[in-house]
Amino acid sequence: MAARPPQQGGRPGARFAQFKLVLLGESAVGKSSLVLRFVKDQFDDYRESTIGAAFLTQTIALDESTTVKFEIWDTAGQERYKSLAPMYYRNANCAVVVYDITQASSLDKAKAWVKELQRQANENIIIALAGNKLDLVTEQPDKRAVQTSDAEAYAQEAGLLFFETSAKTAENVKELFTAIAKKLPIEQASQRGMRAGTRQGVQLGGRSEAPGTQTGAGACNC
Amino acid sequence: MDEIAPEYDVVVLGTGLTECVLSGVLSVKGKKVLHIDRNDHYGAEAASLNIEALFKKYGNYPEGTEPWKKYGRVNDWNIDLVPKLLMSNGELTNILVSTDVTRYLEFKQIAGSYVQQGNGTRATVAKVPSDASEALRSPLMGLFEKRRAKKFLEWVGAFKDEDPATHNGMNLNTCTMKEVYDKFGLEATTRDFIGHSMALYTTDDYIGTKGMAKDAVERIRLYVNSMARYGKSPYIYPLYGLGELPQGFARLSAIYGGTYMLNTNVDEVLYEGGKAVGIKATMKERGEEGEGMKFETKAGKILADPSYFPGKVQVVGHLLKAICILNHPIDKTDNSDSLQLILPQSQIGRKHDIYIAMVSWAHNVAPKGYYIAIVSTIAERDSNHHLELQPGLDRLGKIEETFMGPPIPLYEPLESGVNDNIYISKSYDATSHFETTTDDVKDIYRRAEGQELVVEGLREGQNLVAEE
Repeated sequence: MAARPPQQGGRPGARFAQFKLVLLGESAVGKSSLVLRFVKDQFDDYRESTIGAAFLTQTIALDESTTVKFEIWDTAGQERYKSLAPMYYRNANCAVVVYDITQASSLDKAKAWVKELQRQANENIIIALAGNKLDLVTEQPDKRAVQTSDAEAYAQEAGLLFFETSAKTAENVKELFTAIAKKLPIEQASQRGMRAGTRQGVQLGGRSEAPGTQTGAGACNC
Repeated sequence: MDEIAPEYDVVVLGTGLTECVLSGVLSVKGKKVLHIDRNDHYGAEAASLNIEALFKKYGNYPEGTEPWKKYGRVNDWNIDLVPKLLMSNGELTNILVSTDVTRYLEFKQIAGSYVQQGNGTRATVAKVPSDASEALRSPLMGLFEKRRAKKFLEWVGAFKDEDPATHNGMNLNTCTMKEVYDKFGLEATTRDFIGHSMALYTTDDYIGTKGMAKDAVERIRLYVNSMARYGKSPYIYPLYGLGELPQGFARLSAIYGGTYMLNTNVDEVLYEGGKAVGIKATMKERGEEGEGMKFETKAGKILADPSYFPGKVQVVGHLLKAICILNHPIDKTDNSDSLQLILPQSQIGRKHDIYIAMVSWAHNVAPKGYYIAIVSTIAERDSNHHLELQPGLDRLGKIEETFMGPPIPLYEPLESGVNDNIYISKSYDATSHFETTTDDVKDIYRRAEGQELVVEGLREGQNLVAEE
């Protein structure tokens, strides 16, 4: 089920759907950097721990008539002391679990996060495993601590998409998110969106009066 | 694991709603916040539990059995511990919008607001009129009384504090609500539903108190304006339960740099010259081997819920509460999937009202077909508390499961916190909404920060505090 009922595409026959994506992984493996590369095509060598963004969005066109919009949630550091709230996993359609290919222990942490996702999130969640910091290994091959084949074997066994990425050089970043988009149930979500139209709840706006209500005592303006 | 910083501007203990709103606001304002909870989940007293956790909390089943198994998937249940709803035009809604926490949550209307007249077998249940024109159609009043009530509600709607022409010759700052009711010639039963189901007073103390008329009029206006906002009732409710609210504000705090630690016990509060200056604590997950992670940090000030400082709070009353699982809507409520039903005290021979707050699968808090009704009131006797709730329980019809513990003490801090640097919140009270909770948030902010909290424009890049 989509986090937000997707909106209808502009042109006839066009498909558009929006999905919630959550990021997981140990601190400092480059979760935010991956997203920053994907969303803004930027990289910052000395990026501080995540501050300040509720979530980011990025849209990718899979083909001429199919558009997928990701609503990307960052952990905001709440993973540091294992204090992520259930709200974080709620209605997530897909997840990117990140580890650092130069830190063997970060893959163990990633495996634990995959288990946590399987326990807390939707049954049909699409999970991708991303071995980040590929640039470090390209420069100095002896820095590699996790063999590609080992991580790949685990991903296959657990049913995860798998990429080795570099947020710094952008290698495989777009590919990672595109592969996730291709696995998402766009047709289903797109049709459901056309029927549902809007969010199912009420829209909380400013504190003004509801427009068009003529309600005697209620018609005051406070 | 990363080191805890040696010093924080604010250390917050307990992740209830009051504490999480404060953490969120303080973090946005640039304060360095460490937020701790001894439990393994967010929400403290304001959490929502799944049905297995609820059974285990109340222990109301024979050992070795697993009664929750007949209620579908355990995680499809999000059962509130605090029976409250949000006024759609209330201050919590305002704070949610001002902080953009609405981006993490979805809200739905509560389908109806009802009030009981009479008692026992002669009791009737009717919709609370939401405005002057509804008052004219209400079965709660006779023909002539309807016209008087309409006049009264029109006056309330037009009332402007700064315009004496709208005051109808009364000074609301000095007169009593009795004088106001008398002026409009309202009958006792009308006063009852206006005072209890619109102004939402839980007792009749407001009627004879000088100067309370203004408060009463403002409360009725809040009700009417909240009602006008979405139409069905003055209340809204977050999908997946009230426990989403503290989580949303905790995320806000984290996004602005707040550090969160669950499963963390405060071992010692460190004092210097009578003022709290730091804590010693241990983070240890349930079932984790060894001693856990011990740490010590300095705190510019400490904010906490009452459970962290039992010696610094007093009991001001006891709340009675029964959480009931139903598989049908409540009789005489138009098959509403959610509602508030108030039994005013005078109708049932009590001093305090009985409240029923009901939500259902329609709010993603239960599997399809199930309803969760919480019956609550303030304890008036020393024993047989279930009898005090009985008039409310009688309204529910067949009940699948009842969870009712001993009376719940309501705490208030003994001191403001200025002397010992520890600022303590109040327990969630018996009111049906969060207005007193946000009052407490503002009060704590004022005590701790020495200035008023202004929530308008609390978004990124804007000042939280009005220019002085």
